[in-house]
Amino acid sequence: MSGTEGSYYVPEETRQPALLAVGLAATLFGFAMSLHDNSAGSIVMMVGGAITAVTIWMWMAHVIRESEAGLNSAQMDRTYRMGMGWFIFSEVMFFAAFFGALFYVRVLVLPWLSGEGNNAMTNQLLWPLFEGLWSPLSIPSTEGFTPATGIVGAWGVPAINTALLLTSGATLTWAHWGLFKKSRGQLIAGLALTVLLGSIFMVLQVQEYAHAMNDLSLTFNSGIYGSLFYLMTGFHGAHVTLGVLMLTVILGRSIKGHFTPEHHFAFEGVAWYWHFVDVVWLILFVFIYWV
Amino acid sequence: MSTTATAVEGEHHHHGPAKGLGRWLFATNHKDIGTMYLWTALAMFFLGGAFAMVIRMELFQPGLQLLEPEWFNRMFTMHGLVMVFGAIMPAWVGFANWQIPLMVGAPDMAMPRMNLLSYWLFPVAMLVLVSTFFMDGNAPAFGWTFYAPLSTTFAPDTTDFFIFGVHLLGVSSIMGAINVIATIVNLRAPGMTLMKMPLFVWTWLITAFLLIAVMPVLAGVVTMMLTDRNFGTAFFEASGGGDPLMFQHIFWFFGHPEVYIMILPAFGVVSQILPTFARKPLFGYASMVYATGAIAFLSFIVWGHHMFATGMPLAGELYFMYATMLIAVPTGVKIFNWMATMWRGSMTFETPMLFSIAFVFLFTIGGLTGLMMAMGPADMQYHSTYFIVAHFHYVLVPGAVFALMAGVYYWLPKWCGNMYDERLGKIHFWLSAISVNVLFFPQHFVGLAGMPRRVPDYPLQFADFNMIISIGGFAYGLSQLLFVYIVIKAIRGGQPATDQVWEGAQGLEWELPSPAPFHTHTTPPKVD
Repeated sequence: MSGTEGSYYVPEETRQPALLAVGLAATLFGFAMSLHDNSAGSIVMMVGGAITAVTIWMWMAHVIRESEAGLNSAQMDRTYRMGMGWFIFSEVMFFAAFFGALFYVRVLVLPWLSGEGNNAMTNQLLWPLFEGLWSPLSIPSTEGFTPATGIVGAWGVPAINTALLLTSGATLTWAHWGLFKKSRGQLIAGLALTVLLGSIFMVLQVQEYAHAMNDLSLTFNSGIYGSLFYLMTGFHGAHVTLGVLMLTVILGRSIKGHFTPEHHFAFEGVAWYWHFVDVVWLILFVFIYWV
Repeated sequence: MSTTATAVEGEHHHHGPAKGLGRWLFATNHKDIGTMYLWTALAMFFLGGAFAMVIRMELFQPGLQLLEPEWFNRMFTMHGLVMVFGAIMPAWVGFANWQIPLMVGAPDMAMPRMNLLSYWLFPVAMLVLVSTFFMDGNAPAFGWTFYAPLSTTFAPDTTDFFIFGVHLLGVSSIMGAINVIATIVNLRAPGMTLMKMPLFVWTWLITAFLLIAVMPVLAGVVTMMLTDRNFGTAFFEASGGGDPLMFQHIFWFFGHPEVYIMILPAFGVVSQILPTFARKPLFGYASMVYATGAIAFLSFIVWGHHMFATGMPLAGELYFMYATMLIAVPTGVKIFNWMATMWRGSMTFETPMLFSIAFVFLFTIGGLTGLMMAMGPADMQYHSTYFIVAHFHYVLVPGAVFALMAGVYYWLPKWCGNMYDERLGKIHFWLSAISVNVLFFPQHFVGLAGMPRRVPDYPLQFADFNMIISIGGFAYGLSQLLFVYIVIKAIRGGQPATDQVWEGAQGLEWELPSPAPFHTHTTPPKVD
């Protein structure tokens, strides 16, 4: 460790970044290969995925050891906070692209396809029967697309899921209070509850997908509603999954006795992430399921 | 690279770099990572340049002589992608790595290991992108803007590799940008308040914000492409209730800030160099900072000016037209300040200064043609002609690339400890400055006369100008080989540089020894 050089910790050479870059690239390259029926694709993807997973594990373990060894100064702590904050901002912008698409479709594309504005001839010549209000079931053409038979309502499982996620935000804050009070029991119980609520959310979401596919024949191929529904809730679900994984790691570390009331950035970073995922869900609930 | 290794190695320092290839593969040192970024970007500059040479060879004469039209399309597509994502953006990250810690008095980048991950994702992603040339279906041929449905319905299978390449580059850029922000905000030396930061650092801070804001949007839009292509979604398919124009909206919401990502650090470099060689402080420092912020803000609300010819509603056309013209105000502030910096200065004309003055002059030409195209009705005429090609090459080549060259000549003595050959540097400058204008200025004329971009053939009336353009292109391309020679020559030896290097140079980096030791500012310097 060259931490002795000065007040700031400058790490030594490390093998993980180059490995992780190769792992990530191999995962995506293999995925692209398998999209085009290349039989080696899935092998490349699995090898890449394994490299990625192992490398991230080693990297995180290394960072945690450093943290537990007390190498992280207050300045390093601020760096980590900024890193996590800006990472979450980048995630906000990723979802913003999809919300932008959702609003553009609802406010402009569908009215235009049904002839509003200066688009009367578009409608007349291409799809004269199409009246595209955001009753998302109607699509201009069934050629290549199979419309769904029903929409996923807000007041069944999605409402329950909303309650679950909101509650999980509360239990997470309760766990945080436990950490401040040095009550490890409350910390562990709060985190375990949060992981549990997040997992139930995921199970219910999978059931909801099964219901949408089987009973409502809502698929990727159902036109713009299916596209937006699955990509937006799907990316949200992926983020919930990642959040649950990270919460589990934090839970494990809490059980091992990591974190002090003064020094627990990893907990806070994951908590920020979890609340961010929560807020995204609320917006999804309103604009995908409800109105 | 091993030559650079010995050159930048500080001999008297105990914590020197590791030996051999491992130094580069596993580097956490900002200087090593910066060096790798710069060399890789230079390699990509020549790869993208080679594609451009092929384009100019085909256009040397009317008619189809060298290429099938599909190959021509691949060439201009990969030329754009490689130059934007492989050359200019990473070259600026290389500058950020080398210079920001030196200029703010930090020991390294804030997150050195993530810094290395940002770097390695970049060459790996470029490999994914370029590997498409060797696959069934060959490289993408839909232009660097990859508009749907060209990139969805009508694109080759290799497009999915391109999509994942873009994902990897995006991850790399976002992590690099987070690192830059954390370094600037958190690791500044005591006493260096925000309004005392060198302008290069300010422009990079704002660039990093733009990167974090728009690279995820690019990731989103290529993901929609991916599912449209492979999983039957209808984002860009009108018959399914989507809209191909929606692609352009999302793409340009990324794309317009993206062009400022390439030019804002150039503004920063020029704002460092002009005061040095005019021996005067930068005129209007605060207004430069605010102008940079204003340009960055405006970049988010003007994307529709790329789409005037798509049939947007009139209100949209008017809004985007006026909003775009507003950009001329902060940009004008900058150009005024640069001229006022030089006004009555004791100027000398070393190579970095020559490139910087050429930047001010030629970038302004590119900016003014931009203002012409901001006018919606006029843009109906200019749209998709060689006029737009001339416009964005003026801001990117004698703009961003000249600023990169200026920056290399300016800081190279600090990096390698030796002065470059000034006579050869001046020759490189004059060859570049003349040939770049022979290359791009006549494109205004053929564009106004109606020659469309992205077509491998043209009517006889454009033959003379195209031959002139091609000759300028070959001359410009060849001149850049001289640049490589000058850089390698300086790394291998030459007159040793003083610590301050340039008589008028001010700032923390000039108080360090030349070459800068492997570890610098391990205890923070004091700034008054």
